[in-house]
Amino acid sequence: MKNSMEIKFKAIAENESFARNVVASFILPLNPSISELEDIKTAVNEAVTNVIVHAYPEKTGYVTMKIITHDNKVNISISDNGIGIQDIERALTPFYTSKPNQERSGMGFTVMESFMDKLEVRNNKEGVTVNMEKEIEQAVVGI
Amino acid sequence: MQIKSRIVNKTLYILLSGELDEYTASSVRKNLDTLLDTQKGFVQIVIDLSELTFMDSTGVGVLIGRYKKMRECNKPIFITNPSRNAERIFKMSGLYDIMPKIV
Repeated sequence: MKNSMEIKFKAIAENESFARNVVASFILPLNPSISELEDIKTAVNEAVTNVIVHAYPEKTGYVTMKIITHDNKVNISISDNGIGIQDIERALTPFYTSKPNQERSGMGFTVMESFMDKLEVRNNKEGVTVNMEKEIEQAVVGI
Repeated sequence: MQIKSRIVNKTLYILLSGELDEYTASSVRKNLDTLLDTQKGFVQIVIDLSELTFMDSTGVGVLIGRYKKMRECNKPIFITNPSRNAERIFKMSGLYDIMPKIV
């Protein structure tokens, strides 16, 4: 069965907990294990943090989060309308951070890559879209 | 996010409770620094994560910042009771090389 949702919220740190908990609630019908749920919440949080920290240096913008569930697959896309990523390959390198003076680990994309099955990052005409996919192994399908 | 601490046998035990993310990170940094600056009579630190219910890579940045601060006065920091995900993030970031895990 296919299901989907889309929300848009302000790119402020206060909304991180809201974002990860919305995803967790939405995918609950797929019967994920606690580990799978935690993996997805962590990856979503990393993507939302990236938007909050990097996308809008001079204004407050928005995060758009879309979730599609299809059988036991979860697809999550997190987009912004910010300044984009100058060098995506470099941004994906473990430990790379464009803000080294802010105690940032530079591990955000590495965590997303490790905790999800697929990760795709692309610049749009305006802003960035991060697509992530994970298969829920414990899902009971077809009931 | 709550921070509790106690000193036992010259070890400063710090218990972090709650969620450590971008929203809570700045107050955690500030409160940990105040604690580390004001507590006296300890030679090492153990950070207990047993009550940390969420953490992403933001937590690594926060911990490395405290490591750098304590390195100046030669006080090692150890991590104990990380969640499964915190453990994975610590391992992939190499955090345990500078802040070893103890059981």
